[in-house]
This record gives sequence, C-alpha cells and structure tokens, in this order.
Amino acid sequence: MLSKKVARFEQSVCAACGACVKECPRSAVAIFKGCYAAVAAEQCVGCGKCAKICPTGCIVIEERRNEDEN
Amino acid sequence: MKTKKKRWYDYLWIWSMLYFALGFFNILFAWLGMIDFLLPLAIALIGGNKWFCNHLCGRGQLFSLLGGRLGCSRGKPTPRWMSMKWFRYGFLVFFLAMFGTMVFQTYLVFAGVNSLKEAIKLFWTIRVPWDWTYTVGMAPDWIAQFSFGFYSLMLTSLLLGLIVMVFFKPRTWCAFCPMGTMTQGICKLKNKEHT
Repeated sequence: MLSKKVARFEQSVCAACGACVKECPRSAVAIFKGCYAAVAAEQCVGCGKCAKICPTGCIVIEERRNEDEN
Repeated sequence: MKTKKKRWYDYLWIWSMLYFALGFFNILFAWLGMIDFLLPLAIALIGGNKWFCNHLCGRGQLFSLLGGRLGCSRGKPTPRWMSMKWFRYGFLVFFLAMFGTMVFQTYLVFAGVNSLKEAIKLFWTIRVPWDWTYTVGMAPDWIAQFSFGFYSLMLTSLLLGLIVMVFFKPRTWCAFCPMGTMTQGICKLKNKEHT
C-alpha cells in the first residue's frame, strides 16, 4: 500500500549535495549522475525529512498522483 | 525502518575541524586543503558524479552536525536567490577570481617582487596577523605565501558557511558552494543527454 504523500524534486534548483539521500529513512532518494536528486516514488512514504534538510528548498511533499503508482 | 550503517567517511567532519586546528599551529598544513580542491574535481571529471559532495565532504558533515544534531541552526528556509543559478555561478566566478588573485600574490613572492606577508585575510578584506604559525626559513617564501592565502580562503568560506548555517538551514552553504557548483557543472556537461 503506497502512502498518500510523496516527495517531488525541482531538478533545476537541486544542488545535488546529497543531504536528502543521507536523511531518507527509506533509501528512496539518489543523486542521478551528480546532476540532481531523484526519488523512487514507490519507495517514498512522504515523511518530509528530505524537504526539511534540503538547503535549496527544491523538495516539496505533495499528494500522490496516479502516475506515481505505476 | 532500519538505521543506516555508519561508514568511515561519515566521520570526515573530524578532518574538517583538524584542518583548521593544524593551520592555527603551522600554516604550512594549509596545503592539505588542496585535497578538498582537487579530489572533488578529479571525481567529477573521471567518475562523472558528485561522490565527494555526497560522501566525503567534511564541511557539509560539520554543518549537518552543528546545525542539525547540536541545534546551532534556526532551520529557516534558505532564501530562494541563494540557490538560483545566477547567484551560484556568480559566486563561483567571484571565488575563482579571488583564488586567481591569491595565486598571483604567490607568484609575486616567488618572483621576488613582493615580500612574504605572515597574515591571513578574512572575507578578502580583513587582515589578521597569523605570524606565530610560521618561522621564516622553514620553507621557500612562496610556499608559505600560498599557505597563508589558501588558509584565508578556506577559513573565509567556513565562516560564511557557519553564518548561513546559523540563520538558515544547516547545509545552506551547499546551495552555493563553489566546489559543488563546479562539480555539478562538470557532471551536467559529462552527462548532457540526461540533463
């Protein structure tokens, strides 16, 4: 059963510092080739820890959409 | 949820503190900071990733520790402009210009035009005597001049990071860290089809 919320990343603002990766309790976040952070939506529980630590504010916690479930 | 296993590189914040402590006793240790300059670039150029920022940056870990676990940060959102491209790349250009000036000062001492100045400069303007950390003759003057200049750069950036850590989120420095911007730029160029 997937959570109702999920983290979303604004990749153009992300500094790829990796703070969110360390903070994620589900190991759902990864830095993609040193360019930006990306989340595995099916792993994410929308806890918001990544958004809280992110220094650029590029992460928002939103309601899960249908496409996240695929 | 399982706790993440700590690895040796999770303790590199100790290295970050040790570096500044060593420079307080002998300025020649400032050269060790070149590791923090060259290693991220090498990793980005060869590996095409930011493994240094993500795992090996002692400074980022130090800010996380002080601002996070030790509660020295207000944790307010970072102002948006600090993570905007124009500011990040602008700060990178400024930082590289200051680095270039420091290398030129070293050259002037090497060429015998200027004499060695046993002082550091904070925020590129405030001259602070630092003469107890060096005895003339320990090394060629230009080696010492580079040490004072490089330590100034490292200490200034640490202080900037600490200031923004206190006011905003613990790792606000990472939003506009020149090394981070530079390595991310390299990764974006190397992995162009994905960005």
